[in-house]
Amino acid sequence: MAELKLADYKTTVHNDWCPGCGDFGILNAIQMALTEMQVPRHKAIIFSGIGCSGKTPHFINVYGIHTLHGRVLPFAQGAKIANPDLQIIAVGGDGDGLGIGAGHFVGAGRKNVDIPYLIFNNAVYGLTKGQASPTLRLGEKTKSLVTPNTSNSVNPIALALVSGFTFIARSYSYDVKHLKDTIKRAITHKGLAFVDVLQPCPTYDDIHTREWFQGINKQETGKAMPRIYKIEETGYDGTIKDESEINDKMTRILQFSSEWGDKIPIGIFYQNELIPSYHERIAENNKEYFAKPPSHQEISDRENKPIANIDKILDKLQIKD
Amino acid sequence: MSFSTSVNSISWLIGGPQGSGVDSSANIFAKTCAKEGFYIFGKREFYSNIKGEHSYFTIRISDKPVNSHVEDINVLVSFDAETVFRHADKVSTGGLIIYDSSLAETVLEEVPTIDFEASNRIRKLLEDSGQSINLNGMLEFAKSRGCMVYGLPYFEMLETVAQKMNDPKLSKISRVVNVMAIAASISLLGIKKDMLISAIQEVFGSKPKLLDSNIEAAEYAYYYIGTKYNTKNIKYKITPKDALKDHLLLSGSQAAAIGKILAGCRFQTYYPITPASDESEFLESNHIIDQVDGKSGSIVVVQTEDEIAAITMAIGASLTGVRTATATSGPGFSLMAEALGWAGMNEVPLVVTMYQRAGPSTGLPTRHEQSDLLFAINAGHGEFPKIVLASGDIEESFYDTIKAFNFAETFQLPVIHLLDKAISSSIQTCKRFNNSLNIERGEFKNTIDKNQSEGAAGHFQRFKLEDSPISTRVPIGTENAIFWNTGDEHTEEGHISEDTENRNKMMDKRMKKLDLALEKINQDDMAMCYDFDSDGNNVIISWGSTKGGILEALEKLSQEGNKMKLIQVRLLHPFPTETVKKFLKDAKLVIDVEMNYTSQLGSLVQQNTGREIDYKIVKYNGRPMSTTEIYIALKAILSGNNERRIVLDGGT
Repeated sequence: MAELKLADYKTTVHNDWCPGCGDFGILNAIQMALTEMQVPRHKAIIFSGIGCSGKTPHFINVYGIHTLHGRVLPFAQGAKIANPDLQIIAVGGDGDGLGIGAGHFVGAGRKNVDIPYLIFNNAVYGLTKGQASPTLRLGEKTKSLVTPNTSNSVNPIALALVSGFTFIARSYSYDVKHLKDTIKRAITHKGLAFVDVLQPCPTYDDIHTREWFQGINKQETGKAMPRIYKIEETGYDGTIKDESEINDKMTRILQFSSEWGDKIPIGIFYQNELIPSYHERIAENNKEYFAKPPSHQEISDRENKPIANIDKILDKLQIKD
Repeated sequence: MSFSTSVNSISWLIGGPQGSGVDSSANIFAKTCAKEGFYIFGKREFYSNIKGEHSYFTIRISDKPVNSHVEDINVLVSFDAETVFRHADKVSTGGLIIYDSSLAETVLEEVPTIDFEASNRIRKLLEDSGQSINLNGMLEFAKSRGCMVYGLPYFEMLETVAQKMNDPKLSKISRVVNVMAIAASISLLGIKKDMLISAIQEVFGSKPKLLDSNIEAAEYAYYYIGTKYNTKNIKYKITPKDALKDHLLLSGSQAAAIGKILAGCRFQTYYPITPASDESEFLESNHIIDQVDGKSGSIVVVQTEDEIAAITMAIGASLTGVRTATATSGPGFSLMAEALGWAGMNEVPLVVTMYQRAGPSTGLPTRHEQSDLLFAINAGHGEFPKIVLASGDIEESFYDTIKAFNFAETFQLPVIHLLDKAISSSIQTCKRFNNSLNIERGEFKNTIDKNQSEGAAGHFQRFKLEDSPISTRVPIGTENAIFWNTGDEHTEEGHISEDTENRNKMMDKRMKKLDLALEKINQDDMAMCYDFDSDGNNVIISWGSTKGGILEALEKLSQEGNKMKLIQVRLLHPFPTETVKKFLKDAKLVIDVEMNYTSQLGSLVQQNTGREIDYKIVKYNGRPMSTTEIYIALKAILSGNNERRIVLDGGT
């Protein structure tokens, strides 16, 4: 098998994201992660929701399923449960995943299906011209808003934690290497992995700009003071090795999750593989699940007759004299 | 008007508080009669409630196949006062009422679960007939109409049984009372005790303790009523026949679930909803599947966070090649509408089993209606192809389920299989199901040659524009076949396209599937014409669960010299215009019968065939149509009734 190159994961579809869009960094990072992991192109499936982020699959030369607004997680979970051999990656926007799709975000956390899920988080609804998204903070007024935001924001990291995600990380679209490494960790994680990707919208978010993240406008000391810091560099390790660590770790993660403004943490907050994946839970009652998941099952013989034998079920319902 | 012949054709009813074992008692009775060689049709009625509200189960027993219920009750079995209050006025002349003699003084107002409206109706009935407003009054009223009443002191009897079994705790087990009540009715009907014992063994076989006490109680009640009352003058009798060979006794939701297993459905999603959940629960209980090759398969059943997740998860699974379904009812189906369009747009096979109940909104959540026909046909924004198929009874539900999957894969689109509560929750004796149907997967392939994948941009063309609107379909994950899906209009590879020419071609491709479906689907699956030697002048059109009641009414009318035919439309979308036109050709009178307010099938027929509907028989009180009321309404029309729309109101 010839080695797959980065170019192999790119399509020729015209990319119509705005110049300078943070999504480009995420797209590159996904393609780099797939290249480094040498995922066979036909084995990888990118599922997306709706919005600018929803177009991502069309730019990646693997299977791409561009679904409905807010519904990427159930689509992706259905495919992964039916065929756990597939390498599925789910992507979507912040409005997509934490607004209209928030119920599925919580529902997915409870199931812990083995997929990585990336939210392209830019605090606005870009494709509909810049309305406030669920991650825009109360009182903030981005370019298109008539008045400052009257809704408060949801805390994606905390929500993922309490919903039961077993891998929770944050990265930044302009730090492509960090993002690529985080995506790789999310892909290899056994269970549902959430990556909150901070991604400036250059067109509609005039507050959380690239310069803002770089701290260029925060020059108390005369030089830029980047807002983003890496939690791994502070000595933090989010891996749960024993169940007794969970409570302390959760407290720490909630602290991280509320940091914003001058100090914004990125990195892997949480990874807990002690919790069985949904697939393992199925296999507990269905021993052959991994060997014969739904997609692998024969259902008819050569004459197209059903292969199922319903005799025992019918016998139970049959009238006995 | 009675459909019962007193011997070997009887309508039996047991009622009681929800959660008190009415269902299992009715099951024992139905099994007992089925073992005696009788055909069964059983109908369940219950409130949206866990415990305490009035529920009842009507069972029709006949020496001929039955597929509907009747208004009359010939045997009323009760162990609470409410059942007598609510149903005694429906008991036929010469009919039997079994009641708890210790409750005879119960005053109507003392029964808290009888709602205000029903209470007023009962009070008026008793006042008008000069009876006291208590259970005794109701029984006297029944007697004045020729009913026979049999009081049983259940708890005294229970104490005797407890002493006999040396188990004082038994006298507290109220559930045993149900079995005593049915045993008494079986004794009155002249059925041998053995079949009752054998039925009890089947129902309680896995619980030895319960089994013994139930058998003891049943035997005691069986003899007790015979010694206490003279049973010679009872006109309703069951005389044993040869056992039915190769017959099942099952519900519609079980039939559909078994159909799914045989059809190869290996992934089902659902969100709990009445009356659809029964099917998913049956699948969960039978998730390991026997195979003819001696190996085993399995179905994964996933309970989701809502119905949007249920349908989108099912679509995601379907993309991997597995036959996939979801089951729901009206409120859940409303949530599924958007995703249905995605499946249509991306040509994804999917079966949605839709168990209708009375709407709108939460409506009458545990009651009956066929009011989602036009909604099912029009569900989803924009225009996309789908197939809507409706089964007429429990047996059809099984075979149609297999057909629904075949249609979904052959035409690569969502199929909505319409059932309703009158099918799903009812039980019936059916001929044992066979596996005569083939699995038809259309243009589904598991592998693709490398050279096949060279499309315009070197890619597999999932939505290839060719003469046939059906393209090669492969599971995601197949080598040499990478494609894209999107809810946007798309190219042959599946990339977004807003091009005008491409748009027209893709719309044509998708919508042409409807013409293809009308070409390929068998006529019997489009519409059935039941002709009672009629000259074709008087035609009834209907769909779904009303079939049984109509057919029986037509049989009776035919015997009386009024010959009519029934067109049961089974394929509701795309509408089988030519077939229905052919059946309607010589019709002088067209009567539409359906359980909704607006005669939805009627408007479809009119819209598609141009034939006006002459009479409409409708019902929307939440109770299914009995063959009795259909018969009376048809008779009224035939005798020159001028009402163009007859609203039926039967049921309790």
